[in-house]
Amino acid sequence: MTVKGVGGRLIRKEDDRYMRGRGQFIADVRLAGMKDVAFVRSPVAHAQIRGIDIPDTLRHAVFTAGDTDIKPIRAVSGLAGFKVSEQPPLATGKVRQVGELVAMCLAGTRAEAEDIAAAVSLDLEELPAVSDMLEGRKPGAPLLHESWGDNIFLETLVDADLSATARTAPIRVTREIRTARQSMAPMEGKGVVAYWDSRLEQLTVYSSTQMPHIVRTGLSGCLGLDHGRIRVIAPDVGGGFGYKGILSPEEVCVCWLAIKSGLPVRWIEDRREHLIAGTNCREHHYLITGYADRDGKLLGIDCEATVDSGAYSAYPFSACLEAAQVASILPGPYDFPAYRCKTYSVATNKCPILPYRGVARTGVCFAMELLIDAIAREAGLEPHEVRLKNLVRPEQMPFDNITKKHFDSGDYPECLRRAVAAIDLPAVRDRQKRGEPDGRLIGVGVSIFCEQAAHGTSVYSGWGIPMVPGHEQATARVTPDGGLELRVGIQSHGQGLETTLAQVAHQVLGIDPEKISVVHGDTGYTPYSTGTWGSRCMVMAGGAVTRACQEIARRAARIGAWLMQTDEAKVTVRDGMVVGPSGSVTLGEIAKVWYLRPQDLPNDADPGGLETTAGYKPVRDSGTFSYAAHATVVAVDTEIGAVEILDYVIVEDGGVLVNPMIVDGQVYGGTAQGIGTALYEEMPFDEAGQPLASTFADYLLPGPTEVPELRIIHMETPSPYTEFGVKGIGEGGAIGPPAAIANAVNDALRLLGAELCVSPMTPRRIVDAIAAVKESGARRAAGDAA
Amino acid sequence: MKPAQFDYERPSSVAEALDLLRREDLFVKVLAGGQSLGPMLNLRLVQPDLLVDITGIPELKRAEPDSDGITLGACITNADIEDGRAPDVTGGVLPAIARGIAYRAVRNRGTIGGSLSHADPSADWVSGLAALGAEAIIRGGPQGDSGRRTLPIEDYMVGVFEAALEPGEILEAVRIPRLSARARWGYYKICRKTGEFAHAIGAVLYDPERSVCRAVIGATESTPLVVADAAFLFGDRPSDNLAATYDTAAAARLLDRKGMTDPFERQVHLAALRRAVDRASLQ
Repeated sequence: MTVKGVGGRLIRKEDDRYMRGRGQFIADVRLAGMKDVAFVRSPVAHAQIRGIDIPDTLRHAVFTAGDTDIKPIRAVSGLAGFKVSEQPPLATGKVRQVGELVAMCLAGTRAEAEDIAAAVSLDLEELPAVSDMLEGRKPGAPLLHESWGDNIFLETLVDADLSATARTAPIRVTREIRTARQSMAPMEGKGVVAYWDSRLEQLTVYSSTQMPHIVRTGLSGCLGLDHGRIRVIAPDVGGGFGYKGILSPEEVCVCWLAIKSGLPVRWIEDRREHLIAGTNCREHHYLITGYADRDGKLLGIDCEATVDSGAYSAYPFSACLEAAQVASILPGPYDFPAYRCKTYSVATNKCPILPYRGVARTGVCFAMELLIDAIAREAGLEPHEVRLKNLVRPEQMPFDNITKKHFDSGDYPECLRRAVAAIDLPAVRDRQKRGEPDGRLIGVGVSIFCEQAAHGTSVYSGWGIPMVPGHEQATARVTPDGGLELRVGIQSHGQGLETTLAQVAHQVLGIDPEKISVVHGDTGYTPYSTGTWGSRCMVMAGGAVTRACQEIARRAARIGAWLMQTDEAKVTVRDGMVVGPSGSVTLGEIAKVWYLRPQDLPNDADPGGLETTAGYKPVRDSGTFSYAAHATVVAVDTEIGAVEILDYVIVEDGGVLVNPMIVDGQVYGGTAQGIGTALYEEMPFDEAGQPLASTFADYLLPGPTEVPELRIIHMETPSPYTEFGVKGIGEGGAIGPPAAIANAVNDALRLLGAELCVSPMTPRRIVDAIAAVKESGARRAAGDAA
Repeated sequence: MKPAQFDYERPSSVAEALDLLRREDLFVKVLAGGQSLGPMLNLRLVQPDLLVDITGIPELKRAEPDSDGITLGACITNADIEDGRAPDVTGGVLPAIARGIAYRAVRNRGTIGGSLSHADPSADWVSGLAALGAEAIIRGGPQGDSGRRTLPIEDYMVGVFEAALEPGEILEAVRIPRLSARARWGYYKICRKTGEFAHAIGAVLYDPERSVCRAVIGATESTPLVVADAAFLFGDRPSDNLAATYDTAAAARLLDRKGMTDPFERQVHLAALRRAVDRASLQ
């Protein structure tokens, strides 16, 4: 029999409409009389606005900050010393990034709205720009927010005295490591359609968001409108990855204009806006030192990390989530005795940094895992051997690491051993010795990390950002014909939650998933939720659905027992039935009685009926820790700097998998993005703060031919703290690849003495790194000769 | 990212198209597939008053082989060449180049004449047809509808996004010589991912029966570097084993003349040419 509950490889319920092109995405929403918006955006990174010249004939169709009463977006972190940025949805006074909204133009079509935008001219007095975070940190740098006195949103320090370690450690390795700024690229961009519903006296907002309730809360603040006057609907959403987990200035502006004009108003982001003004992420800089014994045992890590936070603190995650995470998760899956980490979140004239799948983990894993490989080279050991010496061992679980992260369960060393075995390290070493007929160099690399997910109240209240998740709630409602409706406040935009939540409900109630519908992404229908982020939905919404269904089961059991004239204690709920000692009654029959034939029930029947809302938190809210080892073999063409991935293995432990096929999909997709980070994706800026990749011709994404066949091996260690032992696993794919691929490239270049500590590893960077070694070798030789 | 307003005409003959191109009161752009022009319109990088779509003109879609070569109409698509609907007289060069252009969706609509006239330095035809010794056949000009002139392909592209078309002219066809059975060729394109714009192109053609030895270094910052008599790259003794006598230093001197100084660019362009030579060689 096919497993339809937890562990079943069910075909995704939502795929029928997606595969037939019948999804309803934001640009499919059509409302009578709808108008389109185009924005006038700042063409420069930093300037004083001296004037906005709007032709008289267009004055009625153009709106600037002066026309509105919108309050600025404020995402304040409670961390001590955080400096607050106010992000006016339409610029006032200054512009601080290219693409910042200055005016909003309304017309019958987008093309006409763009015509109007082109007719608006800006009188800008350009100011010196901060285009590099390290320059921005320095005293005397141009200031973005003058009242701060510097450009630092926040400094944090995890302090320790490493001087003794530094004196005595046999191995000391220091690296400067950098990850490029990226632009995440969901297939669907952002978009919003809003109108005022005069019957309900309610602003109805369709938005391509992953967090409709948070958007509602944010809109309420910026527009000064009660929550009850706002309904946010996320239709089908074509990928989010974090970009759609923020309140965007465009959302606020379009909503204001819908109220002001009384018309349905929409804005559909185009890819140029998306790349230059929307989706920046990932830009980290590390100055990191590792201390180790000759046998590779880590003695301490000392790090100074800088995150380029961009111009404003994005709502709700703030400008500091990234750096706060860096400090707390840099130690990764390792156990070592001494750790110091200073972080800086620096304001620059770029768009706000947003959390992208993996958030800080991708950068942190890159820094830590490159450092470990550098230590291995220094110690003359295989990199995986150094890791095995330092990984938290299974018998230590659950384990509180040096930054008080609570690793719930798992066998990290075994995960790595399986990855190394699957990649067949000895065979790769042999191949390296033989050399390649085409002259390319072969390299093998591994990375290993753990991934905190579904972290809850205690973690987020500690970070002090505007959004703190509490109990996650779900509503379960049996329909009169024995079907089930689930209502959840999260949003599914590629995760397959319409299927997996139905599987969870099926596990509890035995109702066929075909008869279970999952309602999500609509504040009008669903309980409040912080939404979809942090790989939390399977744990949190899955847990809430479980609790709600368990309550439904109890209530159905009571009615069923009455109908069978038996004792409630003698019945069980399974396979969609209430089963008693001498018979059974289906949930359909029970529902029919409750809804349609209440005369068959006793007067003291439970008035709650077959609908309930239940809340859930795991036993501990410190998060689940899934983990994975990535291992890859690459071939480096040193002459032209090209990297080909020859083999790629992922050993992943996400706890109990509700639908292993969907998890595979998550891992494939994430890994493709990680390959992008490793080799292709970069949003460069010039010194004036101009983004230099404004189309996909310049911003390279990996395509089908750049993503090799990935081999996934699952381990399944249940979390002791969650329903069914599930763990969050949505992001890991995007965390491991840059480190594994960089380590493989560096392994290939080892004999040349070249090493790269930057992502992406572009052809130019690879060729330059090799050339730099040759040059210094030539200089040394010349010196020797002299 | 929607285009500014423009008018659109789809003439059914070259004469009609030339009539529209002679409109001096309008900024007229020719649309010959739109795979580059389309995005440029959307980005408003170009804002014509009138688009003249020439892909409905039957005479521009002819493929006429003869004993010396083939004349391919400007609106022959890359996919026509890839799939063999346009006959091949080059022993496989043309289909091989066509197959490597961008993505299939682009090849379905993108045309050989459109690509040449768009004159993007990284485009395959700009370099590939120059290596073959092809010619551009230009129609119109001072002599009116029947006026014709012919230019070597390397002279047709005169600068970045600039073709040697005068007002009232249109690229009618490309004339490609038939290669002899002994001809050897190599084409090597370096790009960071499949379908992406080329960062370097190397092309070489050695056809001793026709006394032809040509080489091209393309996808530079401007026009490709075309060597019509490339024997000196092979020590003046080109043979079927071209690689045996290939002189990298001579190729490097070409880059000096071109003013290419960036070490990475030099290395990659030299690699592209050397690899093209390797592919052309009987070893």
